[in-house]
Amino acid sequence: MSKQYEAVIGLEVHVELATKTKIFCGCSTEFGGAPNTHTCPVCTGMPGSLPVLNKQVVEYAAAVGLATNCEITQNCKFDRKNYFYPDNPQNYQISQLYLPICRNGKVEIEVEGQKKDVRIHEIHMEEDAGKLVHDPWTGDSLVDFNRSGVPLIEIVSEPDMRSAEEVIAYLEKLRLIIQYLGASDCKLQEGSMRADVNLSVREAGADKFGTRTEMKNLNSFKAISRAIEGEMNRQIDLIEAGEQVVQETRRWDDTKGASYAMRSKEDAQDYRYFPDPDLVPVEISDEWIAKIKEAQPEFRDEKKVRYKEEYDLPDYDIDIITGSKHLADLFEATIALGTEPKEVSNWLMGETMRLVNESNMDIDDVSFTPEHLAKLIEMIAKSEINRKVGKEVFEKIFKEDVDPAAYVEEYGLKSMNDEGALRKTIEEIVENNPKSVEDYKAGKKKAIGFLVGQTMKATQGKADPGIVNKILNEILAQI
Amino acid sequence: MANHIDDATIEYVGILAKLELSGEEKEQAKRDMESMLDYVDKLNELDTSQAEPMSHVFPIHNVFREDVVKNGDGSKECLANAPEEQDHSFVVPKTIV
Repeated sequence: MSKQYEAVIGLEVHVELATKTKIFCGCSTEFGGAPNTHTCPVCTGMPGSLPVLNKQVVEYAAAVGLATNCEITQNCKFDRKNYFYPDNPQNYQISQLYLPICRNGKVEIEVEGQKKDVRIHEIHMEEDAGKLVHDPWTGDSLVDFNRSGVPLIEIVSEPDMRSAEEVIAYLEKLRLIIQYLGASDCKLQEGSMRADVNLSVREAGADKFGTRTEMKNLNSFKAISRAIEGEMNRQIDLIEAGEQVVQETRRWDDTKGASYAMRSKEDAQDYRYFPDPDLVPVEISDEWIAKIKEAQPEFRDEKKVRYKEEYDLPDYDIDIITGSKHLADLFEATIALGTEPKEVSNWLMGETMRLVNESNMDIDDVSFTPEHLAKLIEMIAKSEINRKVGKEVFEKIFKEDVDPAAYVEEYGLKSMNDEGALRKTIEEIVENNPKSVEDYKAGKKKAIGFLVGQTMKATQGKADPGIVNKILNEILAQI
Repeated sequence: MANHIDDATIEYVGILAKLELSGEEKEQAKRDMESMLDYVDKLNELDTSQAEPMSHVFPIHNVFREDVVKNGDGSKECLANAPEEQDHSFVVPKTIV
């Protein structure tokens, strides 16, 4: 390749909002119900049914807009986007085209120490479609309308990104802002956050855009990175071969590592938008905006600064803990019980992350209570249990959220801090292992390790290794 | 008629509407659409540059629902409309997403 190319990338990100009910009816949004159990005449598009807007959807959408520096459209409304597909029972999707709720925002991203703004063109509210499942046996498709009418916001960026790294940084930024707001859990794998990538390439430094394609079906950060690399190379190859890039929608197949043009017939797009006459305009007053602003939480960037100042944690720890709203909440709730911040951080960074990785789970699904972690830390600090036993108990807390005090009591894991009893046990071990004592006396200082090990075994690991060492040294000195 | 709908346009509209029309139906649809467009042209003769676009016939706004689950299992009523049903779902001809 003789010329240098750069990618120009814009994103359309759909986020499923964490409301209890759908956007226009009182059906539950809960995941995993049997097909079509969360349906009513409104979300299945029955004639004569009347949609009524869920207030919480407006509040979440405006909150995301304010957190991404958008202007709020104080007089906004809904439009119908017309298309025919079996997942869309009304033959139109209620969305916003002319007056979306948020416009002209931006978020700051950082890639390899370089900061830059990614501008947000708009954020609009809309409803999700139903789910189609293909039955390979009969060749038919099955339609489940449980997702139909689940509220979404679509965040449309300007074409401000130039690499896969920038795209990932932007998505991470959005994900954390939205998670901190509690507006969505933003899980790509489960589809509560979905990104479509608009990408074109041009010679580096050129100011005209090339022809772009839109890539769909990207459900992990890895898939997004791979799809961007793949599409960049495909377009560059076309240009180098003197061919044209066709503006089209392409579907990424992550297992094959390639994308395919969706058939143009399916892709025929002429949505004939018009204002939805069933829904009245939404007016968002200054007072309402002020109220939403006031309810905004402390975001990650602010937390990072405060954790450094207040708790003096290492940057690495701060990055990991604030990288999940759930983990940050757990950290703060445990500290609020009077526990030493560095100690809490150590348990979260060490054992918690180890167990999360081991069981291949999502950090947001960690479910133990802060009270139990605080209690465990206290028990170790008071030498009621030693650190090794503490790790065992923590595993139980992590997996079953056991009360550490009750668990230690039930399984008799309390430290043997009774020096008298411990001394007696050690004396017996010394007596039964004359060879080790001899070795030790002969200068093989390592032999003491074996005796410590025997003591820990005899006490089922409950003795404090420091105290065992001390007593053993005393006894051996006397022989 | 002032407006003319050509074969390519009627074909395209047919694809959008997922309709298969016979030759005769196509000709009829062309004539209907041409007269509709003529009618809209007539409306366009009015000067509306000073009028606010109307978004709703009633002068009301902010009609909301609270975020509270009100509906139970609606699958029985919903699936009563299914011409064919399997696994609690509507059966439709094969679609490729």
